[in-house]
Amino acid sequence: MTEALYTQLLDLACGAFLLAAVVVLWLRELTVVVRVLAVQGVALAAIPLLIGWYEDEAALLGISAGLALLRGGLLPYLLNRALTGPRDSEHRETRPLVNVAASLLTAALLTLLAYAVTRPLVALEATPATRALPVGFAVVLIGFFVLVTRRRAPSQVVGFLLLDNGITAIAFLAASGVPVIVELGVSFDVLLAVLVLHILTTRMRAAFGGTDLDELRELHD
Amino acid sequence: MASGTLTTLALTAPVAVPALLAAGFALAEWRAGGPPHRGAPPGRPAPADWLGLLTPAAILAGAGRLAAEVHGTEGTFAHGRLLRADALTVWLLLTVGAVAALALAATPAHLAAERDAGRADARTGRRYHVLVQAFLAAMCLAVLAANLGVLWVAIEATTIVTAFLVGHRRTRNSVEAAWKYVVICSAGIALALLGIVLLYFAARQAGMSEALALDWPALAAHADRLDPAVTRLAIVLIVLGFGAKAGLVPLHAWLPDAHSQAPAPVSALMSGVLLAVSFTALLRCRTIADAALGPGFTRAVLLAVALLTLALAAALLLAQRDYKRMLAYSSMEHMSLIALGAAVGTPLALRASLLHIAGHGLAKTVAFCAAGRILQQEGTSRIAEVRGLLARSPALAAGFGMAVAALAGLPPFSLFASELGIVRAGFSAGLGWAVVPALVLVLVAFAGLGTRSAGMLLGDPGDRPTVRLGAAAGAPLLAGLAACAALGLAAGPLDGLLSDAAAVLTGS
Repeated sequence: MTEALYTQLLDLACGAFLLAAVVVLWLRELTVVVRVLAVQGVALAAIPLLIGWYEDEAALLGISAGLALLRGGLLPYLLNRALTGPRDSEHRETRPLVNVAASLLTAALLTLLAYAVTRPLVALEATPATRALPVGFAVVLIGFFVLVTRRRAPSQVVGFLLLDNGITAIAFLAASGVPVIVELGVSFDVLLAVLVLHILTTRMRAAFGGTDLDELRELHD
Repeated sequence: MASGTLTTLALTAPVAVPALLAAGFALAEWRAGGPPHRGAPPGRPAPADWLGLLTPAAILAGAGRLAAEVHGTEGTFAHGRLLRADALTVWLLLTVGAVAALALAATPAHLAAERDAGRADARTGRRYHVLVQAFLAAMCLAVLAANLGVLWVAIEATTIVTAFLVGHRRTRNSVEAAWKYVVICSAGIALALLGIVLLYFAARQAGMSEALALDWPALAAHADRLDPAVTRLAIVLIVLGFGAKAGLVPLHAWLPDAHSQAPAPVSALMSGVLLAVSFTALLRCRTIADAALGPGFTRAVLLAVALLTLALAAALLLAQRDYKRMLAYSSMEHMSLIALGAAVGTPLALRASLLHIAGHGLAKTVAFCAAGRILQQEGTSRIAEVRGLLARSPALAAGFGMAVAALAGLPPFSLFASELGIVRAGFSAGLGWAVVPALVLVLVAFAGLGTRSAGMLLGDPGDRPTVRLGAAAGAPLLAGLAACAALGLAAGPLDGLLSDAAAVLTGS
C-alpha cells in the first residue's frame, strides 16, 4: 500500500468514525442509534487494520478482527436487548436536556477544542496516524456530552461506549495500540461494564417503571 | 531458589487466594441451585461465612514476607514483570489486609442479622461472598500490578464487581446508587485510561520499548525524557480519573450514595481501602509526571482538588441527616487531607499521608461496621431517629463513638499523629496559605461529625428496648480501635517501612 492510499483510507475510516458520533447526537430513535454505534465500531476496527497492513504487523490484524466483533457486534447487540422495554416511549430519547440543533453546534465546538488540545501530540510526531488524533479526542468529548445531556438509561450507555471507542481510537492512532494484555483487559472491562449496566437497566424498570434518569432522585443531601 | 519461590508465592497469594475463594463460592452457588434455604439457625452465623477470612490471612502473610524482601531494593517481581512489590506496595497490602480482616470478621454477624430479618438467605449469602472475594482479588491486583495498564484494568474491575454489592437490595435507592456508581466511576476512570494511553505515547516517543512503556519502575526511571506538553495533559486526565475513584471532586457524586447503600462490611472495604488504592495509583503516575514536569504543576492541581473536596465535604457534613452518608462525607474529608499531604509532596508529608491512609482505613472500618449494626438494630439510617444509644447498647455505642472520635482526629488514634504531620509538613514547605484554610475546614467537619454523633449516642432513650452486642459483632470493632490506637502511639516497627514507602514516591 502506498503512503498516499494509506493516508486516504485512514482519513476515511476516521471520518466515518467521527461522523457516526455526530449522527448519534442527531438521532433520537434509540434502536437506530445502536445501529450507528455498530457502524462506528466497524470504522474503529478499520483503524488498526490499516495501520497493521501498512506497517506489516500481523498482530494488529487479529486485534482489528476482535474489535470488530466486540464493538461492531456484541456490544450493540447487548444494547439492543436492553431496549426491549414495555412502552414505546422507552425507545426514544424524548426530551434530551439539549435540543438537536444545539447538540450539533456543540459537537462542532468540541471538535475544534479537540484540535486545540491535541496540538502537542501531533507536534511530537507528525505521521498520518497522529494527524488524525483530534478525531479520537472529539469522539471522547462528544461521548461525555451525550453522557451528561441524555436522560434515558440506554442513552447514557451509548455515551459511555462513544467515550470508550474514542479512547481506543486514540491508542491506535498514537501508538499502534497499547500492549495486548492491556487491550484485552480493557475490552473485557468494557464488556462487563455494559453487562452490569444492562442488568441495572432491567432492575431500574422493575423499581421505577421506566428508564428515565430524572426519576433517580431518591438520594440527595 | 527456595527464597525466589517463596517471594513469588508471597506476590501471588494476595490475588490468587481471593480469586480461588470467589470461584469456590461461585461453584457452591451453582451446585446448590434450587430453592434457597436458610443456611444456619436463627441468630447464628453460618460456618461458611468464616471462610472469607482466609483472604486477609493470605494478604497479611504475603505482606509480611515481602516486607523483609523489599527493604533497600528497587522492588521484586513475579510472573515476568506482571506483579511487583516495593515498600509502598507492602504498606498498602498491610492496610488492605488489616481492613479486610476486620470487615470479613464482621461479615458473619452481619449476614446472620440480615438472614434473621429476612433480607437475605443462604443463596444471597454465597453471592455476597463471591463478589466480596472477587473485589478483594481485583484490589490486590491493583496494588501489586507493575504495569499501569493492568493497574487500570484492576481498578475498573473493582467498580464492576462492587456494583451489585451497592445495588444488592434492588430497592429504588439501591438501584439509583448502583447506576450512578457505575456510570460516574466508569466514565471517570476512562479519563485515567486516556491519560495512561498518552503517557504510553510519550514513552514510546522517548524510545522506550512496547513492553516497558507502561511498566511503572521503567517509566519512573526514564520519566525525565517524556515530552512535557503531552505529560501535562496526561497527568490532568489521570488526576481527574483516578480522583473519581478516590472520591475527589469533580467526579465524587457517586460516593455518598454508593457508600450509604452498600452492606456495612463492603462500605468499610470501599471507604477504608479502595479509595486509598486508587489514590495511590494517582500518586504513582504523579511520580512520573513530576520527573518530567517538575513538582509545581501536579502540586497545584492536587492542592486545588484537595481544598475543593475538603470544602464540599465539610459543608455537607454540617447539614447531614443520615449517619451512613455522614461517614461517606467523612471519607471524602480524609481523602482530601491525604491529597493535601501528597500535594505538599515532601518525604515527611508523604509519610504522614501514608500513615493517614492506614489510620483512616482502620477507623472507618470500625465506624461503618458499627453503623451497619445500628442500622440493623434501629431500622433507620436517619440521625434524628436514633436517640440514647449509649444507654441502650453501650458496647455498640462506645464502638461507634470511639471510631467517630478517631475520625475526628482525636488522640490517641493514629489520625491525630498523621493530621499533625501533614500540617507541619505543609508549613515547613511554605504552603501555610493552603494549610490554614484546610485546618479551618477540618474544624468545621469536626463540629459536624461531633454534634451529629453526640445526638445519636446521648439523649433520652425513651421506651426503646435494650440490645446486646454479641461477641462476633463486637470483637472486630474492638480490634480495629485497638490497632488504630496502637498505630498512633507507637508506629515503631513500621517506621522503616513507612519511610521506604514515602521514598518510593519521591523517587529517591
